Amino acid sequence: MYFVIAGGGEVGFHLAKALLEAGHEIMLIESDRRRAQYIEEQLGSVVLNAPADEGRFQLEAGCQRADAMIAVTGEDPVNLIICQLAKWKCNVPRVIARVNDPKNEIVFKALGIDETISSTRVLMSVIEQELPSSGFIPLMPLTGSHLELIEAEIGPDTPSAGKSVRSLGLPRGTAVGGIVRKGSVLHADDDEVLEVGDRLVILAPTKDESEVRKALSG
Amino acid sequence: MKIVIVGCGRTGAFLAGLLAAADHDVTVVDLDRSAFTHLAKDFKGTTLLGSGMDLDVLRQAGVDKADAFITLTQGDNRNLMSAQIGKQIFGVKQVIAKVNDPIRANTYRKHGITTFSRTTILGTLLDAMLKNDPEVGEILVKRARAHEARMADAL
Repeated sequence: MYFVIAGGGEVGFHLAKALLEAGHEIMLIESDRRRAQYIEEQLGSVVLNAPADEGRFQLEAGCQRADAMIAVTGEDPVNLIICQLAKWKCNVPRVIARVNDPKNEIVFKALGIDETISSTRVLMSVIEQELPSSGFIPLMPLTGSHLELIEAEIGPDTPSAGKSVRSLGLPRGTAVGGIVRKGSVLHADDDEVLEVGDRLVILAPTKDESEVRKALSG
Repeated sequence: MKIVIVGCGRTGAFLAGLLAAADHDVTVVDLDRSAFTHLAKDFKGTTLLGSGMDLDVLRQAGVDKADAFITLTQGDNRNLMSAQIGKQIFGVKQVIAKVNDPIRANTYRKHGITTFSRTTILGTLLDAMLKNDPEVGEILVKRARAHEARMADAL
C-alpha cells in the first residue's frame, strides 16, 4: 500500500520507518529542511521537504494514488486542514489525523475526519487496562463504525450486581455480547441476573460511552 | 447583531472597534492577554481569554447565539478550523475566515466557508492603484483613510 505521512516529528519518523519495514511504499512530507534531510539520511529518498498543508505539495507527493494520508504533526489545526485537503483535492480514500488535544476528536468527526488517533486517549486506555479496580475498560473502537468495544466488571459496590441485563437501563443501540463468569462465557440473555465478578463485553456507540458507564456503576 | 471575532491583532481589534461603535454586541477572543491592548480604550465590547478552537471557550463567547463569526488570527489553518466549528457545530449563519494562502481560500470557499485572502485583496488593490484604475478600490481606500484619520485624531 502507498501511505503519505504529513509531519516528520518522532511519531511521523517512526511510523514511516515501521511502514517501510512492513514492505509498504511511503512518502513523508516535512516542512523543516534540516529535519527532512535527517530523515532522508535515515530512510532514503522517501521525503518531500515542503509544507503538507498546501494542496500542490500533496499532489507532488503523489496523494492522488495514495491509499491513505496520515497527518501526525504536533498541531491539530494543521492536521485537520491536511486531511481535508487530501480528501477534497486528491480524493484520498482514507485519512487519519493525530489529535493532540483529546477534545478535538469530536470536532474532527463533526468536520468529516472520522479516524483520529489521540496519544492521550491511547495512553489512558492502557493505564485503565492496568487498573483492575476501575472496572470499566474501553477496549477498542471499531474502525469506521462509531462503535466501541467495552469491557466492564461488576464490582461489589456497584448497583448493577443483582440486576438483570434488561434492567440495567443501557442506552438504545447498545448490545451486551456476552458475560464472562468464573472463566466461562454465558449468553447475555435479557433475564440473566448479574453477579459480582461478572465481566460484560459490550458493544456501544462511542458517543454513549459515558451513559453506559453510568448505567453500570451508578 | 451579535458578533464574535477570534484573533485580536490589529485587524481583529480594528473591526471589533468599528462594530462596537455601531452598537453591535461584540465579543473578541484571543489566547494572548496582551493582544487586547490593540483595542481602543473606549472599546464597548467584551473580551475573552482563550482558544478560538475550543468548544467551551466559543460557547462562553456566545457563538451559539451569534449572527456572525469572524476568524482573524495569524494562522490560516487555525482560522479555517475555528470557522468550520462555528459553521458546522454551532450553526452560525455568517462565518468569515481570513486565509492568506489564495489557494486554500479558494478551496474552502467552495466548501461553504466565506474566506478572504489579504494577499490577493491587497495585491489587486495595489495593482489597480498603480494602473490608475478608477473603479477598483476607490471607495474602499477613501473609507479606510477616513477611519485612519479618525483614529489618529482620537489619540
